[in-house]
Amino acid sequence: MRENCLKTVYELAKTDERIVFVGSDLGVGVLAEFKREMPDRFFMEGVAEQNLVGVSAGLAMEGHVVYLNTIATFLSRRCYEQVAVDLCLHNVNVRLIANGGGVVYAPLGPTHLATEDVAIMRALPNMTIVAPADAPEMIRFVRASVDHQGPIYIRVAKGHDPVVTTDTGPFVIGKAVPMRTGGEVLLVTTGVGLQVCLAAADKLAAEGVKAAVLHFPTIKPFDTAALHAHAEAAKAIVTVEEHTILGGLGGAAAEYLAETDLLASRRFKRVGIPDVFPSVYGDQNGMMRKYGISADAVAATAQSLLAARPKAARVAA
Amino acid sequence: MTMPRLDDRSKDLRRVIVRTLHKARRGHVGAAFSLIEIFRVLYDDVLRFNPQDPKWKGRDRCILSKGHGCLALYALLADKGYFPPAELDRFCAADGILGGHPDAGKVPGVEASTGALGHGLPIGLGIALAQRIAKRDSRVFVVLGDGECNEGSVWEAAMCAGKHGLSSLTAIVDYNKHQSYASTKEVQDLEPFADKWRSFGFAVREVDGHDVAALRETFKALPFAGDKPSAVIAHTVKGKGASFAENNMKWHHKNKVTDQEVEALLAAIGEA
Repeated sequence: MRENCLKTVYELAKTDERIVFVGSDLGVGVLAEFKREMPDRFFMEGVAEQNLVGVSAGLAMEGHVVYLNTIATFLSRRCYEQVAVDLCLHNVNVRLIANGGGVVYAPLGPTHLATEDVAIMRALPNMTIVAPADAPEMIRFVRASVDHQGPIYIRVAKGHDPVVTTDTGPFVIGKAVPMRTGGEVLLVTTGVGLQVCLAAADKLAAEGVKAAVLHFPTIKPFDTAALHAHAEAAKAIVTVEEHTILGGLGGAAAEYLAETDLLASRRFKRVGIPDVFPSVYGDQNGMMRKYGISADAVAATAQSLLAARPKAARVAA
Repeated sequence: MTMPRLDDRSKDLRRVIVRTLHKARRGHVGAAFSLIEIFRVLYDDVLRFNPQDPKWKGRDRCILSKGHGCLALYALLADKGYFPPAELDRFCAADGILGGHPDAGKVPGVEASTGALGHGLPIGLGIALAQRIAKRDSRVFVVLGDGECNEGSVWEAAMCAGKHGLSSLTAIVDYNKHQSYASTKEVQDLEPFADKWRSFGFAVREVDGHDVAALRETFKALPFAGDKPSAVIAHTVKGKGASFAENNMKWHHKNKVTDQEVEALLAAIGEA
């Protein structure tokens, strides 16, 4: 996914002189062809994220579309004030390509996990947040990103993620994608949570329960219309994300649903990483399983919501 | 350091600042008075700009990175016609465009919204790189505070600017030796300050930041080297021009400014 993302940026830059690439201290040979063919628009400026974001803002203020790439947690935590002030306050066209969103770097420990990046980016006005599920969706997104006005946080998954998206048309920023429709369960997800949810829906189907899957490759702006329309048909709604349950996709869904009457007669549950720094290593899939982000656990969560007694109207005495 | 008397223009610009803070009854007086000669010389003698077309591509870009010094910048922008002087009387008003820190989205002539420290030099560096890509000869000036140079992001940008050898970029430090709590020596000593900038790849000159002729001469010599960014360390006095406010920490940021204090400031400026 990362390679396809960067390759697409390179392809676009060949014909669009506005496009500039800024990296920190990336792996040897990254975008060598970009550097060779367009050296004046290729910058590798070291392990200094505050400066990288400020420099990118300055380039964007002069009309460039800047693709800035480094590891997700360093691009979100380390330079948050620069992201807020230099990018969001000025509303400039800088795209943050954030490698290893979620728990991709599970073996490297909690300093390298980006498990609250969506939550903190969501809180910033003017910010757009995307988390494609697979490489084809990432490529479609990058093509759509060039002319978007304002900063974008791009959550990049591990790579070689199973291809599950089927759309081939233009990526529409801000639109959710219904992958399965209809059913008493609605699974709401983003990024590689989609693969988990599709497998969970298969498992539920085998158990005789039909589940809809609504994919949010854009988390902000949040497509509340799509959530509303698909929630109406469901009895149980489960959000699934490779992220803390605080303030991310589950938070966005909960905020919207709580302000409608949709939860009055529906059960709702957020699946994700609880409010902890994960204390184990292993690998991404193992860590996701540990916190219930797996087909089996999501299916079981959905079943438990369906099995719960229907909500009774509660009126204060 | 010589301490020349302030001429009429320097005094008038200080009076404009006092007028501006009078209505709001607040402002960073010390920083503004420290900066006024630097901005005066930049806008009178150095920068290429067009108030009728603030976004003119051929302009030089000037960023006030120590955003709390904005009263000095506002005085010059009003003087040059970027906005009507009457706007100064709405400083910090809810519906005014002039806040306690400059907002690029509201104020014509302000290149970047600052206030949080350590942002101007990275942004200015990016802007300078864009001029290089465009093969445009516009220059970039970033005005920093000394306390601001405590921020690591300043030195990240300095290291990066040095690497690129961007002679179109000039960092000007308003070195009044005082920050909010106490002297820079006590809070976070910057010395050897000029050597720090040199070691990061800058060509450096030091100047009396209130000596208009010396500032003109220094800026006229830019770039100080053809293959390096330049740094001007301007030795200044916080609160310069109002004797009782000079080097007086109570005047770093002042609120609830009284009519009597305004009169005292105007009287002191007259005697400076």
